Amino acid sequence: MNEPKIIPLPPVPEEPPSAPHRITPSPMIKTMLPQTEMGSPVAVAPVTPSAVRMFLQAKSSGRMADGAFASLMVVCALSIFAIVILIVSVLVSHSQLSIKAFGWHFFSTRTWDPVSGDFGALPFIYGTVLSSLLAVLMAVPLALATSIFLLDICPKFLQAPISFLTELLAAIPSVVYGLWGVFVLVPIIRDQAGPVLEKYLGWTGLFVEPNFGVNMFAASVILAIMIFPVISSISRDVMRAVPVHQREAVLALGATRWEMLRIGVLRNARMGIIGSVILGLGRALGETIAVTMVIGNHAAIMKNLFAPGYTLASVIANEFSEATGDLYLSALIEIGLALFLVTIIVNAIARLLVWAVVRDNAGSAH
Amino acid sequence: MDALPLRSRGVSNFVTVRRNLTNHVVTGVAIISTILVLVPLVAIFGYLLYKGASSLNLAFFTHVPVPVGEPGGGMANAIAGSGVILGLASLLGIPVGIGAGVYLAEYARGTWLGAAVRFTADVLNGVPSIVMGLAAYALIVARQQHFSGMAGSVALAIMMIPTVTRTTEEMLATVPKSVREAALGLGIPKWRTVLSVSLRTASPGIITGCMLAFARVAGETAPLLFTAFGNQFWSFDLNQPIAALPLQIYVYALSPYDEWHRLAWAGALVLIVLIMASVTLVRIFANRGVLKGGN
Repeated sequence: MNEPKIIPLPPVPEEPPSAPHRITPSPMIKTMLPQTEMGSPVAVAPVTPSAVRMFLQAKSSGRMADGAFASLMVVCALSIFAIVILIVSVLVSHSQLSIKAFGWHFFSTRTWDPVSGDFGALPFIYGTVLSSLLAVLMAVPLALATSIFLLDICPKFLQAPISFLTELLAAIPSVVYGLWGVFVLVPIIRDQAGPVLEKYLGWTGLFVEPNFGVNMFAASVILAIMIFPVISSISRDVMRAVPVHQREAVLALGATRWEMLRIGVLRNARMGIIGSVILGLGRALGETIAVTMVIGNHAAIMKNLFAPGYTLASVIANEFSEATGDLYLSALIEIGLALFLVTIIVNAIARLLVWAVVRDNAGSAH
Repeated sequence: MDALPLRSRGVSNFVTVRRNLTNHVVTGVAIISTILVLVPLVAIFGYLLYKGASSLNLAFFTHVPVPVGEPGGGMANAIAGSGVILGLASLLGIPVGIGAGVYLAEYARGTWLGAAVRFTADVLNGVPSIVMGLAAYALIVARQQHFSGMAGSVALAIMMIPTVTRTTEEMLATVPKSVREAALGLGIPKWRTVLSVSLRTASPGIITGCMLAFARVAGETAPLLFTAFGNQFWSFDLNQPIAALPLQIYVYALSPYDEWHRLAWAGALVLIVLIMASVTLVRIFANRGVLKGGN
C-alpha cells in the first residue's frame, strides 16, 4: 500500500519484510546500520533538514494523526471489554423472567417440563459435569503420554508429522466430529464395545444395558477426542518452557529418562499442566454440536453411562429454535448465562495457571 | 566392614533394575498412547475421505436442496451462504482484532490496562460458541423479530476477535525494536511507523493468525442455529435467514434419510477441504505479496 510514497525513504521501511521472522535483533542492526549511515540523513539533519524529513513533514502533521490513531486502537482494545459486558447484560436481561420465577431453585430442580412451564436445570448440570469429567479422565493420560513421547522419545523425523497430525484434530469442525460420532462411533459403542463393557464392568452399575449407542458414554468419548489437542499442545508448550538446565541437572545425577521427566520436567511444569487440563475442561463444558448429536438428549439423572443424557449446551442447541413461550426461552437463556459464567471462571483459572508457569520459567531461563 | 558395601551394592543393583524397568514401562506406555491417539484421527480422516468422496458429485455444487424423496440435490446455496456469512464476519472481526492487537503490542506493553485486555481476550476465547449464538440472538434477532444472516456474522465476528488480537500482538512482539526506532528516528510519526513498518514486517504472521481465526469459525454450527437459521433456496440477503454449510450438515446428519446422510458426508468433506484450501491460498498469496514488497 502507498508504495510510491515510501520510495524516497532510505531502505529502512523496505528492509524489514524481507528479514526472516523470529530473527534476533543483532544481525538486523549489523546489516542495517551501515546502510542508514551511508544514506546519512542523520548526519545532515542538523544543518539543513534532509529531503526525507521535509517530505515527511509535508506529509503529515503528526500529533493530530498520532492521537487519532492511538485512540482508534484503544477503542478496538476496549471493545473486547465492551463485548463481554454486552454479552452478560443481554443474557441477564433476557433471562429475567426465568430468574424471577425460579430463583436459585432453578439450579437444584430436576424437572424440565416445557408443557406445564416447570423448569429446573439440574439434569443438564449433571450431564455437563459428568461428560466433561469423563472426557478429561480419558484425554489427560493420553495427552500427557503423547506430549512426553513427542518431546523426549520420538525420533526427530517423526516429530513434525505426528505433532502436525494431532494439531489437525483441532481443525476438524465440531459438526464433522458429530457426523463421525453418529455413523461410526455410535454403532461401535452399541455393537462392539457395549457388550464387552457390560460383561466386565456391568457390576459397577455404570454400564447397564439397554445400550442404544447414543448415550453419555459416546458423548464422553467424542469430547475426549475433541479436547485432546488442547491439552496436549498446551502441556507440550509448558513442558518445553522448563529450562534445559533442569533436565541436564537431573540427568547429571544419574537419573533415567523417566526420572528426569518426573523430577526435572513434570514437577516444574505441574501448574501449567493443570492449567492445560482445566482449559480442556472448559472446552468440554461448552462443546455443543457434537455432543448434541450423540448424547441422546433426555433430561434425566442416571448413574448408568449407557443411558441417554443431556448437557447445558445441547439443551440450548436442541430446543431453543422450537421453544414456545417467553418463560421457556428465558429459562434456556438463563442456562446459557450459567454456562457462560462457569466457562469464564474455569478459563480464567486455567489462563492464570498457564501464564504463571510460562512467565516464571521464561524469567528464570534468561 | 565388608558387609555394608556389599549390601548397599545389592540394594543399588536392585534399585537400578527397578528404575530401568520403570523407565522402559513408561516409554512403552507413551508409545502405545500415541498410537492409540492416532487411531481415531486416521479413522476420522479416512472415513471422511471414503464416504465424502464416494457421495460427492457435480450436482452437490450446482443444485439447491430438494425435498425428501426426490433424488439428487446439492448444497450450492449453503456453500454460497457460508461464504457470505464468513465474509461479513471477517470484515467485522479482523479489523477490530488487529486494532486491539496493535494497542497491546505498541501502546500498552507492561501496563495494567494491557494486561487486563489480554486476559479478557484469552477468557473470551474460551466462551462456548453456543453462548455467542444466544447473545447474537438476544441482541439482534429478538429485536428484529426474524432470523438473519447478519446476526450469524456478528456472532462469528465476536468469536474471531480474541484469536486475531492475540496473534497480532504476538507477531508484533517479534518485530525488532531497532526497526521501529529507525523509523521513528527519521521523523516518521508513530501511526505511520505502526502501519508501514511494524504491521508490514509482521504481516505474514498476522495473516496466518487471521486465517486460523477464520478456519476456526468457518466450521461453527452452534452460533448459527438460531441466528442465520438456514434455508433451502438461493439467498444472499443478509437481513434474512441464510443457509450455511455446517448447519446443513447438522440438519442432514440427524435426519432419518439415507440420501441426506450421503449429502451430509459430502458436505463435511467439502467443508474441510474449503477451509484448508482457503487457508493455504491466503498464506501463499500473502507470502508472495510480502516478498514483492520486500525486494
